[in-house]
Amino acid sequence: MEVEAAAAMVMEEDRELNKRVICQLTDSEGTALGAPIFLPESAGPKELQQLVNKLLDNEEKMPYAFYVSDHELVVQLGLYLQKNKVSVEKVLNIVYQPQAVFRIRPVTRCSSTIAGHTEAVLSVAFSPDGRQLASGSGDTTVRLWDLNTQTPLFTLNGHKNWVLCIAWSPDGKHLVSGSKTGELLCWDPLTGKQSGNPLTGHKKWITGISWEPVHLSAPCRRFVSASKDGDARIWDTTLKKCVICLTGHTLAITCVKWGGDGVIYTGSQDCTIKMWETTQGKLIRELKGHGHWVNSLALSTEYVLRTGAFDHTGKQYSSPEEMKKVALERYNKTKGSVPERLVSGSDDFTMFLWEPAVSKHPKNRMTGHQQLVNHVYFSPDGLWVASASFDKSVKLWNGITGNFVAAFRGHVGPVYQISWSADSRLLLSGSKDSTLKVWDIRTQKLKQDLPGHADEVFAVDWSPDGEKVASGGKDKVLKLWMG
Amino acid sequence: MPQGDYIDLHRKRNGYRHDHFERKRKKEAREVHKRSQIAQKTLGIKGKLLSKKRYAEKALMKKTLAMHEESSTRRKVDEVEEGARPAYLLDRDETTRAKVLSNTIKQKRKEKAGKWEVPLPKVRPVAEDEMFRVIRSGKRKTKQWKRMITKATFVGPSFTRKPPKYERFIRPSGLRFTKAHVTHPELKCTFNLEIIGVKKNPNGPMYTSLGVMTKGTIIEVNVSELGLVTPAGKVVWGKYAQVTNNPENDGCINAVLLV
Repeated sequence: MEVEAAAAMVMEEDRELNKRVICQLTDSEGTALGAPIFLPESAGPKELQQLVNKLLDNEEKMPYAFYVSDHELVVQLGLYLQKNKVSVEKVLNIVYQPQAVFRIRPVTRCSSTIAGHTEAVLSVAFSPDGRQLASGSGDTTVRLWDLNTQTPLFTLNGHKNWVLCIAWSPDGKHLVSGSKTGELLCWDPLTGKQSGNPLTGHKKWITGISWEPVHLSAPCRRFVSASKDGDARIWDTTLKKCVICLTGHTLAITCVKWGGDGVIYTGSQDCTIKMWETTQGKLIRELKGHGHWVNSLALSTEYVLRTGAFDHTGKQYSSPEEMKKVALERYNKTKGSVPERLVSGSDDFTMFLWEPAVSKHPKNRMTGHQQLVNHVYFSPDGLWVASASFDKSVKLWNGITGNFVAAFRGHVGPVYQISWSADSRLLLSGSKDSTLKVWDIRTQKLKQDLPGHADEVFAVDWSPDGEKVASGGKDKVLKLWMG
Repeated sequence: MPQGDYIDLHRKRNGYRHDHFERKRKKEAREVHKRSQIAQKTLGIKGKLLSKKRYAEKALMKKTLAMHEESSTRRKVDEVEEGARPAYLLDRDETTRAKVLSNTIKQKRKEKAGKWEVPLPKVRPVAEDEMFRVIRSGKRKTKQWKRMITKATFVGPSFTRKPPKYERFIRPSGLRFTKAHVTHPELKCTFNLEIIGVKKNPNGPMYTSLGVMTKGTIIEVNVSELGLVTPAGKVVWGKYAQVTNNPENDGCINAVLLV
């Protein structure tokens, strides 16, 4: 049999060792890979990687990480058994998780500090292909930056008050910004010109913007915006008007996400999360459970929805159809066989893991934070969830079960925003204490401390190609960090 | 056919008289003068009635004008405020006071020079007689080596008294302070902060070691609740402040933070 053949291959290397462990390899969702097999005690992660590649018939070898009861296996099996006093008689369950084939260098230094904004920088966002950068500020402008020369490119005037949110369309052709007066403006990032009149309709400030995933419709036309007035509105950039108004929340909507299945999720201060259907704007489901405001939502496929068809290779696509096809492929690959998962962080210091397509009851409640959870974010591969809290810590959770994995302590002020590197190996956090910190997921330790801002850091973003990190804060400058 | 209709008919056929609008304008312009003439000439009850009527008209006009005028109070003020905050902080009643000092560079330069520019550069020298009161001791009250400090003092929490026989300086507990009202000169707000220690009393090192706080003394205060952070992201907890009042007269310590 092939399984045994592969096992035999590993065994051949250390024939003199007759000690063996009976192991069962499973993937992260718990599906077994073949029958339990005998492995020599000297087998380490390297040998296991060979074995899994062989068993899965991978043409090109993929890197894998192995986990035994939620702890990463870094030593040889025998050593692990000795150290943790695991019985040799039982079947050892080893979970393998595919790792990104590319590696992103951790950012270590500030490559430039660009002044330009005359008020605090409230949001920064890289375009999905990582080639452009936009920032919204309290001086009522949106600015586009030239990443090659690290200088200002365009200043987009048009808002009448603070620019609170900006969002790139997943195909990178549009940029939408929302202001404190409640109006939305569409920009053409290539020319820096406003396209069309302001989109008015919201009565209070904009709290979130989310684009329709590119694999559902290409080219990108529709996006949804959430506002303090309790409404979410779907807009069409071609028609320049509000298509559907999603009303139902009794208090302000704090976060909005357009899911990969074509469902809109809105989290609100009325403690509920609502799911909306996007053709007619009907309410599908209401997720209840939180005891206080819902602050932030995260989807397991969020990163791939944001980047659309663009991946680490930096390939460009000519036609929208091609883009749509590639985006769908990437989406399906990230999603896997399980339904989309949703994590919501709340003012009640907890988070819930939902499988909204399956049931209206939470899959798990993630407790542990001692202050409100301000931002939650799924890793690009969907295996981890990171949460930023006002209790000065960032916590890492298993993205599938919702179990607690690690806490990253080091910030001395509330953590405002977090951002993942594209290979899911590094996590970036920006805090009120004026620093950014890079955390290593593998060692679960601080990788890099990035001081430099003179004041609170309000917004961070790691570019999808992994080259750069942008951060902006109360000190009015935009900083670019590089590895 | 009524008379007015003939005029209408004529106008429809031939249009207005060539000077019709001119005449109309002039007549209207004369109207106020005419009314004024009448108002000045009318006497008695007629005058009273007329002036009452004109007064009512004027009041009404003023009222309507005020109604149509753009009032500054009712107009929506859509000016851009200072201190922009991201959307996730907008609903939280942040106290804006906790902020990082932006003049860290200036601070560093000062540190290099090794000198602090203090708000009160000169102080009145305090004589020893004023600072201390002689306490007579001994059975016959003949010994005069004990001194009582007549100024406000800071006594650390770990202080234990020496036996009275060896205690030369007495720091009265009524004049001991543990907290100071410290003003942040940039934020223009005052906090009640704990005193950590007396850094320097300009009147002499002995007073520094005794913890005497007179006007101009540099004290160290615990600023951890202000949330000040160094550029490297560490919390600052001790900072110097200079006493600006006479604590022994006022019963409290006012100080200004040295930033």
